[in-house]
Amino acid sequence: MTPRQRRWLFAIAAAGLVACYLWAFSGLPGFGNYPGPYGQAILNHAIAQTNATGVVSAINFEYRGFDTVGEEFILFTAAAGMSVVLRRLRGERQGGTPSAEDAANRQVPATSSAVRVVSLLLVGPTAVIGWWLATHAQANPSGGFQGGVILATAFFLVYLSGEFIVFRRLSPVALLDAAEAVGAGGFAAVGVTALAMSLPYLYNYLPLGTIPGAVSSSGTIALISFLVGIEVAAAFVLIIGELLEQTLLRREESS
Amino acid sequence: MTPNVVMDVLQVTALVLVAAGATLVVRTRDRVRLVLVLSAYGMLLAILFFAFQAPDVALSELTVGAIALPLILLLAIAKVRKPAKMRKQ
Amino acid sequence: MQVFPFLVVAWIVAVGLYGLITSRDLIHQIVCLIVVQSSTYVLLLAVGYVTGGVAPYFFDISPHAKAVDPVVQALALTDVVVEAAVTALLLSFAIQAHKRFGTLDPHALAELKG
Repeated sequence: MTPRQRRWLFAIAAAGLVACYLWAFSGLPGFGNYPGPYGQAILNHAIAQTNATGVVSAINFEYRGFDTVGEEFILFTAAAGMSVVLRRLRGERQGGTPSAEDAANRQVPATSSAVRVVSLLLVGPTAVIGWWLATHAQANPSGGFQGGVILATAFFLVYLSGEFIVFRRLSPVALLDAAEAVGAGGFAAVGVTALAMSLPYLYNYLPLGTIPGAVSSSGTIALISFLVGIEVAAAFVLIIGELLEQTLLRREESS
Repeated sequence: MTPNVVMDVLQVTALVLVAAGATLVVRTRDRVRLVLVLSAYGMLLAILFFAFQAPDVALSELTVGAIALPLILLLAIAKVRKPAKMRKQ
Repeated sequence: MQVFPFLVVAWIVAVGLYGLITSRDLIHQIVCLIVVQSSTYVLLLAVGYVTGGVAPYFFDISPHAKAVDPVVQALALTDVVVEAAVTALLLSFAIQAHKRFGTLDPHALAELKG
C-alpha cells in the first residue's frame, strides 16, 4: 500500500472517528454545567470525614486509594521494565568506569561555568521544595506525585553541575531499588495493615488530628503521600540513570 | 458578571493556543527542535489547566510534561544519534 | 463556549493521529502519542468544570463555596506522571530497535525480520 493510499484511508477513517466524537459530545450537558452527583457528594463530606482540606489528595489517597495503588505499580513496573529492556546486547561492551581519556575522546563541548554554578545553587532549594510538596498533600495543591518528580529533578541537577560519576555516586542503583521498593511496598503495606485490623483494605485508621489541613492531620493520607513521593522520585532517578548510562556504552563494531 | 467574562476569555485563549501548539508539535520533524516544542506545549497545557481551576494538575503537567519528559526524550535522542568521529590520541 | 473545549479535544486527537500515521521517525511517533494522550486530560477537566466554581481546596475559603469537580482532577493528576514512565519504557524499546537494526524508520523496520 503506497503512502498516498494510506493517507486517503486515514482521512476516511479519521472523518468517521471525529464524527462519532462530535455525536458523543452533543449528548454531554455542555461546558460548565457539570451535574454529577459523585463530585458534589464528596465535596460535602470530605472535610468532615478525613480532616483534609485538599480534597483532590483525599480522593487520590483515600476515596480512590485502590486506583492509586494500581497507578503506582504501573510506575514501578515501567522503571523495572526499562532495566530489563536496556540490557547489554551480545557484542557490546561497557567502558567500565569512565576514565578521563574516554571523556577527552567523546568530542562533546564542556559544560559552561554558568550552567554548573546555577545548577549547583539550585540543588538544595529544589530538593527542599520537592520534599515539602510531597509531605503537604492534605492542605495544598501538592502531593506525592509532583513532589517526587521535583525531587528527581534535584538529582539530575547534580549531574548537570558535575559529571556522571558524581551523579552515580550520589544515587547508586542498589539504594534506588531499595527506596522504590520501600515506597511501593509501604503503600501496599499500609492497606494490608488495615486488613489485619479487620477493616476494609486502605481504610483510614490513623488518628485524624484536630485542625483540618494541618500537617499532622488526615491520618493515612499524609503517610501514603510521603511514601508515594519516595517511590516516584526513586523511579524517575532510575529511569534517567538508565538512559544516561546508555549514552556511555560503546559498540565494538561501531564505525 | 465581569469575573465570568474574564474567565471565559482566558479559557478560550488558552484552548486556541493549545490547539495551535498541538499542530506545531506534529509538524516539527527535526528531533531536537521537537523536544523544545514539546516542552513549550507542556507549559501551554499547564496554563490551560490553571484556567480550568485545577492547580494540582497544572503543577503535575509543568513538572512532568515540560521538564522530565523532554529530558528523557533528549537522553534517548543522544543515544541513537550517529556518533561524531572519535579523535585518535 | 458550550462546546468549544470538546471541539478542541477532537482536533487534538485528529492532529495527533495524523502525525502518528505519516511519521518516518520512531521518536516523532512517540511524541505524537504524547499529544494524543494530552487530549484526554483536557477532556477530563472540561467535563468536570462548573461555571463560577473555584479550585477544590478549602484551606482558607469556606467549605461551602461552589467548587469544580475534584474527582476528574484526581484522575488526571496520576495519569500525567504515569504517562512519563510509560513513555520512557517506549523509548527504551526504540533504543533497542535502533541497536539491532540501525534505523528508526518505521517503514524500514517493518520489512526486516528477526
